[in-house]
Amino acid sequence: MPLLQIAQLSKRYGTDKYALEGIDFTVDTGEFVAIIGPSGAGKSTLLRCINHMIPMSSGDVVFADASTKSFNATQLRAHRTQIGMIFQHYNLVNRLSVIENVLHGRLGYKSTVAGVMGWYSNAEKQQAVEILQSLGLSEQMYKRCDQLSGGQKQRVGIARALIQNPKLLLCDEPIASLDPSAAKIIMDTLKDINQRLGITIIVNLHQVDVAMRYAQRIIGINSGKIVCDAAPDAITPTIIHEVYGSEAGELILDFGEQYAQA
Amino acid sequence: MHKLDFFTQKRLSFGLFVMVLIVLTYATIIFTEYNVAKGFTSIPKAVRWATANFYPDAAAIKKLPAILAKLSDTILMSVASATVASFFAFFVAIFGAQTTRINVWFSVFARGIATVFRNIDVSAWALILLFSFGQSSFTGYFALFFVTFGFMVRVLIETIDEVSTDSVEALRATGASYFAIITQSVIPSCLPQLVSWVLFMIETNIRSATLVGILTGTGIGYSFDIYYKSLNYNAASLVIVVIVISVSAIEAVSNWIRRAVL
Repeated sequence: MPLLQIAQLSKRYGTDKYALEGIDFTVDTGEFVAIIGPSGAGKSTLLRCINHMIPMSSGDVVFADASTKSFNATQLRAHRTQIGMIFQHYNLVNRLSVIENVLHGRLGYKSTVAGVMGWYSNAEKQQAVEILQSLGLSEQMYKRCDQLSGGQKQRVGIARALIQNPKLLLCDEPIASLDPSAAKIIMDTLKDINQRLGITIIVNLHQVDVAMRYAQRIIGINSGKIVCDAAPDAITPTIIHEVYGSEAGELILDFGEQYAQA
Repeated sequence: MHKLDFFTQKRLSFGLFVMVLIVLTYATIIFTEYNVAKGFTSIPKAVRWATANFYPDAAAIKKLPAILAKLSDTILMSVASATVASFFAFFVAIFGAQTTRINVWFSVFARGIATVFRNIDVSAWALILLFSFGQSSFTGYFALFFVTFGFMVRVLIETIDEVSTDSVEALRATGASYFAIITQSVIPSCLPQLVSWVLFMIETNIRSATLVGILTGTGIGYSFDIYYKSLNYNAASLVIVVIVISVSAIEAVSNWIRRAVL
């Protein structure tokens, strides 16, 4: 069953050339999709068009059978509560505690007054505690976020997205600022969320090998257009070179044993 | 022509800069008929006069209660103008900052107001307001208020954009309402800088209040003016000592508060 349909989506900043042009794809419920492509290809823009953080220029995003093109402000807020977002730089309020940052994920469901005052129900607090436990952060619960390591901060970011009870997680370079072991923990966590909770995941990645290992499907983007859209075992070095352009001969790639000669 | 090498060129342009400086200085000395030798030889004379006349004596100490009463007027006026102006400045800064602005025109308007209030000097404000409020504490209060307001709008705009852009994006993505984003993300992120700048403005205002007092005939500045003009140099020097002590004390207290908040 399709959860997300992107139809002829284009984005143009002012009168510059198109950042995204005629993007078309469908994501089914429960899929784990990786988007790869060179810097500036439009990966971040594409992700942010899905939850309207960046307004699209033309086309449509159909989410849970509803066209989001002409949503008003209230409908937009409701749309965003369905979609959790995870960022490269974690985007936490560093001076607040871990649990306060997690509870921020509930703000989308609140009236203006409750949101402004930061009133959370006991059930919400209980859920925050459970999510933090499941991510191995129970000891850090009352610590300020600026005392955490990068990997821990990213797990707080994931907790904040999960407490939204989202149907979809958008992850924008979630491991680009992390060391390899923290990166592995984050990717394993995302995989686990996808399999155990059945939450659909779309993740932007710079690391082709990580995308190949974790995703069920890889979408390659170059200059705002989709270059490839296939399962990892159908992705060949030739396709990767196409995604990353002509200078790709010098790419740092690890295709594992099956492509040892690449 | 042969191109000069990089280092020779740098040395030449520095030499040229020094030359221009010397010529400028010399021209102004001639133009103002300033006697350099006499300027330096009169420094010992000034010191001798100051040590002979400009010190608090027993008679001046008797005036201490009156001076302290005026000082507390001035300090209260400075604190009140700094805090109230900062409060209003915070709201205007929210409309002015790129992260939190409602639209571009609000932002331009907010920045414009800040520039006007900031770029008119506090002494100019005092003289302008003297016509409306006469010789009262209001004149000084509003002069300090306007300058503080202009300055605080400017620095708070920069603080908001610098500190909270990332977390504002994250909360927007959760579907949080505009005002919830302000209270849950912008205010906690900016709080240390906000407190720090308010304390800085209190210190600055106490210093300016002395000058404003001379111009508007209120507070500690007026005491100084009166004693000085009536040739009571002992009492005037006591005023200076009292101001220096209180400014240092307030600076020490605010440094302590800053450390506690951060």
